[in-house]
Amino acid sequence: MECVIGVVGRDFAVVAADTSAVQSILVHKTDEDKVMVLDSNKLMGASGEPGYSSQSTYRRTSTSIQFRNTIPLSTAATANFTRGELATALRRNPYMVNVILAGYDKDVGASMYYIDYIATLHKIDKGAFGYGSYFCLSLMDKLYHPDMTLEEAVDLVDKCIKEIRLRLVVAPQNFVIKVVDKDGAKVHARREYISDSPPDAAPATASAAATEA
Amino acid sequence: MSIFEYNGSAVVAMVGKNCFAIASDRRLGVQLQTIGTDFQRVFKIHDKLYIGLSGLATDAQTLYQRLVFRHKLYQLREERDMKPETFASLVSALLYEKRELAKDFVVSGTASESLYGACESMYKPDMGPEELFETISQALRASVDRDCLSGWGGYVLVVTPTEVRESVIKGRMD
Repeated sequence: MECVIGVVGRDFAVVAADTSAVQSILVHKTDEDKVMVLDSNKLMGASGEPGYSSQSTYRRTSTSIQFRNTIPLSTAATANFTRGELATALRRNPYMVNVILAGYDKDVGASMYYIDYIATLHKIDKGAFGYGSYFCLSLMDKLYHPDMTLEEAVDLVDKCIKEIRLRLVVAPQNFVIKVVDKDGAKVHARREYISDSPPDAAPATASAAATEA
Repeated sequence: MSIFEYNGSAVVAMVGKNCFAIASDRRLGVQLQTIGTDFQRVFKIHDKLYIGLSGLATDAQTLYQRLVFRHKLYQLREERDMKPETFASLVSALLYEKRELAKDFVVSGTASESLYGACESMYKPDMGPEELFETISQALRASVDRDCLSGWGGYVLVVTPTEVRESVIKGRMD
């Protein structure tokens, strides 16, 4: 049910994810942040059950490597490190987490990596995880082109969100969109679903009826 | 579903006259869904040694990293590259199985049955580099078109004593 979407643009990358924390039929919360800002130039969108706890373990390990070596990790290095962690754990105690890792490096520009829960690593320009990917991937195949501007990329992500809301049964309604570029990684926008609420008159009528009865 | 069919793959290699060719498809899938169309399955170990790894992509990546690690240690100790026969022994030891040294062609992947048929009919011994390139490309293309889990283009490498030619071949993108 969880959807993570990623798109690489001209000199930035966008990672969007839904914000619902779900267990079986219960929605625990609707403002869960699944796109982690790893450091000033990396975003990690993770989907999967222990995704939340894995992220904190992951951040501790990657920060410690950075401090030990006094060089910030590049996006490619981070992606390969993540794959290594997932691959080592795969046949013992696998992490059931799918990751879209996006980053901006001065020499390489913006890049994005797809790492699934069995540690398959692939560099991509556009990708998605979850049931939403069945709708988003083909949308992106049609509408994506290299070197998109931020407006175009966010518009593409919005189209994906619209499709997920419309076509996925038990669709997540709220999303967060984050962007990473040369100026850092930050929240770009949130998409909240505003449904039709009953008019204010309705509760008053109900209580009046209850008093009469 | 079997782990050999989870990602989908097709790899073929052929021996020619003083040259060899190795080719693979480019699809990375997760069962029925296609994730990427530029996935690398053929890896370089040294100038005259390439390995194509089909099957589960994560294991192919892990195995490739382990093989490169072992080969680099070998290079440091022996101060030379590993011979293909030696490397084949290393791979088979890691995979814990018997290996067969073929004199004509080898195939692997979800399209392996089709590849066997195509290679058997198109292959002839002692082909030159250009003819080998044509033969392996046509064999790969014909075979992956009959397999839904592999395809989306092809990647061919032809190695002669003097040069290495890499090409990406266009195929049916479905």
